[in-house]
Amino acid sequence: MKLQDTFLFSFKTVTSYPTRSFLIILAMALGVAAVVVLTALGDGARRFVIHRFSSIGTNLIMVLPGRAETAGSFPGATMGQTPRDLTLEDARWLGHLPQVRRYAPLNVGTAELAAAGRLREITILGSTANLLPIRHMQLAQGSFLAHGSQYSAQIVLGAKLAEEFFPDGNVIGQHVRLADRRFMVSGILSRQGETMGFNSDEIVIIPINHAQALLDTTSLFRIMVEVRNRSDIPSAKQAIRELMIQRHDGEEDVTIITQDAVLATFDRIFRALTLGVAGIAAISLAVAGILIMNVMLVAVSQRTDEIGLLKAIGAPGSDIRRLFLTEAAWLSLTGAIFGFMLGHVGSLLIRLAYPELPAWPPAWASLASIVIALSTGIIAGLLPAARAARLDPVKALSGR
Amino acid sequence: MIQLTAITRIFHMGEQEIRALDHIDLIIASGEYVSIMGPSGSGKSTLLNVIGLLDKPDSGRYQLDDRDVTDLTETEQARVRREKIGFVFQAFHLVPRLTAAENIELPLILAGIPPAERKIRVEETLHAFDLSKRAQHRPAELSGGQRQRVAIARATILRPTALLADEPTGNLDHRTGSEVVALLENLHHAGTTLIVVTHDRELGLRAHRRIGMRDGFIVADEQ
Repeated sequence: MKLQDTFLFSFKTVTSYPTRSFLIILAMALGVAAVVVLTALGDGARRFVIHRFSSIGTNLIMVLPGRAETAGSFPGATMGQTPRDLTLEDARWLGHLPQVRRYAPLNVGTAELAAAGRLREITILGSTANLLPIRHMQLAQGSFLAHGSQYSAQIVLGAKLAEEFFPDGNVIGQHVRLADRRFMVSGILSRQGETMGFNSDEIVIIPINHAQALLDTTSLFRIMVEVRNRSDIPSAKQAIRELMIQRHDGEEDVTIITQDAVLATFDRIFRALTLGVAGIAAISLAVAGILIMNVMLVAVSQRTDEIGLLKAIGAPGSDIRRLFLTEAAWLSLTGAIFGFMLGHVGSLLIRLAYPELPAWPPAWASLASIVIALSTGIIAGLLPAARAARLDPVKALSGR
Repeated sequence: MIQLTAITRIFHMGEQEIRALDHIDLIIASGEYVSIMGPSGSGKSTLLNVIGLLDKPDSGRYQLDDRDVTDLTETEQARVRREKIGFVFQAFHLVPRLTAAENIELPLILAGIPPAERKIRVEETLHAFDLSKRAQHRPAELSGGQRQRVAIARATILRPTALLADEPTGNLDHRTGSEVVALLENLHHAGTTLIVVTHDRELGLRAHRRIGMRDGFIVADEQ
């Protein structure tokens, strides 16, 4: 029997049992679609996080006081174990390094904000004018901290705070009180929402020296450094480390985190996550494979008569085996193709429903699910096909 | 020519040993018309299955057209079956999901004949068996006589040297049965060896050579 005829004949068989074939194809399609959609979700989440993290700045290096042993640890994890302060003087020296385009020292704390008869505990950020370009922040109104304004009593409000305290919208130039100090509102941040666990809509930004006085500290929370080029990152990291060792009496007591390292960590975590959900979805492919095996076994006993007849008119066992294998292949292949389309439609729907989430199924996942579907289908067909090929034609024809 | 020498076929039913064929010696020349008769369990169907290479004897030799086919592999036996032997069954054994034309086409597909040639040969055969109008009908839509005509057409489309019929009229009424017998006898007149296994004395007596069987032995062989 020629291969082409084998494929045609088994295709005809598949279409001769429409309900049965439809159900198996559906099971296989759902398995493949599950893999495609879930990997699309996982990969979409990865891209979403990476994008969000990239959006807080480019070519960033963060310098934290204290020494963390694990590279790429989450910023802030090393807070509270500070052997030696990281000072504004350190930051100023750092700014002189040739690789550094700009830097922004940062202090974080809480204080009570009072204005227009309202009072509320809020997070304050102390920094300089450079924070705006480094963090890629946008202003909705007014202006940011002025350059060289470390001592001027300026304040920039988060979008939500501005609305809460000044519902009439007349904000710029108004006076507010932070603890017992008076500040004049110079600008409002545009709405950004949550970024890496940090809601910039509910913070205020004041000049660094005011912040240090207010929080009664001389130690910085961290220094954010933007280097000139991406290729400068390793050398800048090295230069910063050497400078800090030199300034801190030969002791390496700062942690330097590059944005790239953090990004790479997130990337790894989310890839592992995507693989994990793909693996779980792949179980449904195995289940579909078992279904195919079951249905093919039933088919062998239902078609005993036909198998006996084919043998009587001269089909060798190998032809019978190939017929059943190609039938299983048709079922799983059709299921895989429908599942592929279904998965892509599902991903499209997710992207339409959540435009922020770039839920594109990765090519490797689509390809792998089709290959796995096809191979499980064929493997599932092996046992029934072998059983059919071994049937004794005399018994098969006598209906026993 | 079919030549069986000391063919023995033993079935086991639990502890019991049943000799369905017990040292059968038989020569059937090309173009003969033979009937094999005997009570149930006499071994007549087993004899037909051995001749048709569907069943393997436990001992003895089988020569078909001067070739020893006893020890051929399964694939080689399938080839011999395809080329030299046509089977006609009591229960027709048509593939229910295929049309009459597709059922007749099956042996051609198995033989690897290209589609264009298949089409021509199927049409010729449909015409010869007066089935042209029924070509696109499935077995369920055909009468018993038509089904057996389709089965005979399928058995003979590759022009086998021997046609083996196991109770070919068993599922048919008398009139349709006679038509089918006439068809088989026409094929015999055209030169095919015809071997018919039957209970039906009337049908058995039509054959030129009548073999009687009982308990695995040939008890009668009359010309």
